[in-house]
Amino acid sequence: MAESSAYRVEMLGVSKTFPGVRALDDVNLQLRPGEVHALLGENGAGKSTLIKVLTGALKRDKGTILLDGKEIEVSSTSEAQELGISTVYQEVNLIPTLSVTKNLTLGRQPRKFGIVDWKATKKLALQRLDRLKLDIDVERPLGSYSVAIQQLIAIARALEDDTSVLVLDEPTASLDAEETALLFQIVRDLKAHGIAIVFITHFIDQVYQIADRISVLRNGRMVGTEAVADLPRLKLISMMIGREIEGIGGRPTASYFKEDSVPVIEAEGLGRSRTIAPFDLTLRAGEVVGLAGLLGSGRTETAKVVLGAIKPDSGTIKLNGKVISRLSPRASLANGIVFCPEDRKAEGLIGELSIRENIMLSLQAKRGWLNRISRAEQEKLAAEMISALAIATPDAEKPVGQLSGGNQQKVILARSLVSQPKALLLDEPTRGIDVGAHAEIVSLIRRLCSEGLALLVASSEFDELVAVSDRVAVLRDRKKVDEISGEQITRENIINSIAHR
Amino acid sequence: MNTQDLSSSETKSSFAPTLRAMMAHRAVWPLVVLAIILIVNAIVVPSFFSLSINNGRLFGPIVDVFYRGTAPALIAIGMAVVIGTKGIDLSVGSIVAVVGAVIAWRIKAGDPHFVILWLALFVGIACGAWNGFLVAVLDIQPIIATLILMVAGRGIGLLINLIDGGTDPSFTSELLQGLSVGSIGPIPTRLILFAAIFLFLWFLLRRTALGLFVESVGGNPEAAQIAGIPSRLIKFSAYVISGFCTGWAAIILTADVHTSDPVSVALFSELDAILAVVIGGGSLMGGRIYLGMTILGALVIQTMVTSILMSGWPPEYNLIIKAVLVLIILLLQSNNFRGAVMSLFGRRA
Repeated sequence: MAESSAYRVEMLGVSKTFPGVRALDDVNLQLRPGEVHALLGENGAGKSTLIKVLTGALKRDKGTILLDGKEIEVSSTSEAQELGISTVYQEVNLIPTLSVTKNLTLGRQPRKFGIVDWKATKKLALQRLDRLKLDIDVERPLGSYSVAIQQLIAIARALEDDTSVLVLDEPTASLDAEETALLFQIVRDLKAHGIAIVFITHFIDQVYQIADRISVLRNGRMVGTEAVADLPRLKLISMMIGREIEGIGGRPTASYFKEDSVPVIEAEGLGRSRTIAPFDLTLRAGEVVGLAGLLGSGRTETAKVVLGAIKPDSGTIKLNGKVISRLSPRASLANGIVFCPEDRKAEGLIGELSIRENIMLSLQAKRGWLNRISRAEQEKLAAEMISALAIATPDAEKPVGQLSGGNQQKVILARSLVSQPKALLLDEPTRGIDVGAHAEIVSLIRRLCSEGLALLVASSEFDELVAVSDRVAVLRDRKKVDEISGEQITRENIINSIAHR
Repeated sequence: MNTQDLSSSETKSSFAPTLRAMMAHRAVWPLVVLAIILIVNAIVVPSFFSLSINNGRLFGPIVDVFYRGTAPALIAIGMAVVIGTKGIDLSVGSIVAVVGAVIAWRIKAGDPHFVILWLALFVGIACGAWNGFLVAVLDIQPIIATLILMVAGRGIGLLINLIDGGTDPSFTSELLQGLSVGSIGPIPTRLILFAAIFLFLWFLLRRTALGLFVESVGGNPEAAQIAGIPSRLIKFSAYVISGFCTGWAAIILTADVHTSDPVSVALFSELDAILAVVIGGGSLMGGRIYLGMTILGALVIQTMVTSILMSGWPPEYNLIIKAVLVLIILLLQSNNFRGAVMSLFGRRA
């Protein structure tokens, strides 16, 4: 008994089955008060399911949950919240158009005679922010703040006075280094107050910065829990993917493009005021050009201006040697240029439609509405893509919204590849993707390149760019500041270029 | 405990999984309600199912349901396409008024009726194009954009009536009335007309890629745009399709009463059309088109209306009973509600 009360939370023998999938199989997770407990695993390993069971969003099939040594039964997130278990989800679940005050107090505003007491409400909001030492104007709409601040506000909302367990589901996914440091400072502060913190992330570096212990899930089973000091990186990564791996570092060994060939994309002075300063960019068949830069440096904007999703207001663009006067995603598609967006949900997938329909979309758009691809051909192409990219799904008719993040990413990639592109614009192709799939995508990029595809890869992970790029365009403050090629492409050179030019 | 109970009952009846699959199909609940209405009819008004042949033509309440349901169903399938793009078309009733007025005006003016038929369709399509222009080109929210024509349309109809002095706008037309109230063999012509339009629309949506494009634009406009789909053109064409279907409905409705009555023709038909789409499982959030299910929805509504009329209840009850039945269907379709009822049931058992 004394032993069990050393833990704040114990989840013992937890199992959960979804139709056709064993999501959790006899999983144990023990959280100590005042620790940051990293929960790692590939996409679909069962991290989200485990957390949802803990917070009452999902019902478990088997197992027990103890809170401070006492068995508890949570059937909803609000019950969990009352017991002191709070969660901040990956996607901020707040309302951007409402003020920070309202977001912080929604549903719990102090009332006077049944009417919301705005004075007390504002005080409550300020109190909540004060705990995180956050000093911002609470009357401004939430949406006017950066994602990082929104994330902190979400944490402020989740924290009650009696919160003893805080789950952070990929809180740093869209934060830059500085913002992450700010978040970690707050996490350490909360830890000092004895709160048990579950930290879910894909960033291995961050785990070693902040976590005390690490638990690794794979295919619904708990592979193990170790103290950070006892778990070197290589061992951690092999625990996650279940096999020994070679590092993805190093440079591509061969180049596949010809200097004198007609470029697929040739932009001159292309730009859009207040979005991205005019830039030159050339992309040839069989070449990978990286777009490097910090968060907000204009990586996505560069790719979107090339595609025509953001209309350029200066410069010219030639696709396959032909000047395009009215650039649009449609014109780009007709010339074999396709884009895989970073934000899958907002810009990539049509959640209601099936995997097959999502995969066919660009090819169908290219052929035109009158020239429908037959059902048989659709099924054949979708099946080919599902097996080529190893998309984990029982069949192609499943609504795409039900897939896990990494598989959704692959569906968007499949959509682009099926349309037989000449150039692929990839925006953060490995964001939100686990280590195994990460290496898969990196080698896929090189393979596509060897088959004569031109690729523009925007990424915040410089190692990834070093591993795949023939040239790297460096961006800073919405401006292209440098271009590095060949052996000059190293992590250090990219960082120098961002810092000094 | 609960799961064990469930699994044991499953082994007892081997058809339980099939039954569950059937229950999950979106056609089930509208069909169940339709069946209930028909059973109640069989008890209250046995004559509901009587069929007879007069002058070589099929008569009876059931035939009447199909007959009267044709125009609302036409409007509803056009609405289903618009709703598929996450839009809405409030102007359909007013489009009927405008088209009706144009028909009466041109017949008085002595145009060939064959030309008037196409002119009427053209006017319907033009009204749809106006809506499409506001929504797709000017980016006005669909509910406001179509509200403009909804408000203006009936006034425009009255103005057109005034062109020939505001005298009696009634007319006779062998061609148009033949399409509306005539019959081919025992089958009313308008049913054949409807079948043809439905097949045309189904072909347009499902044998070309238009349906997929409409659904992707409705499901996620941003993503559709980036995937290279001409979102604006697709939205525009949805309203044109709605105008086309409504144009046909206007021809049928106007020729039926052989007069132009802009004030009250097809009153509230936009609401019935939206209801038919929703009963058919369509979501106002867009992203899916269920043409066949929409017809089922329109059929449920028309059966209700005809039944209430035949039951001899005062017509004042009409709208209330209609509202209650629609509420029941929507409750049955709601997963939350079904879950609540099931758990109540389960606890007692």
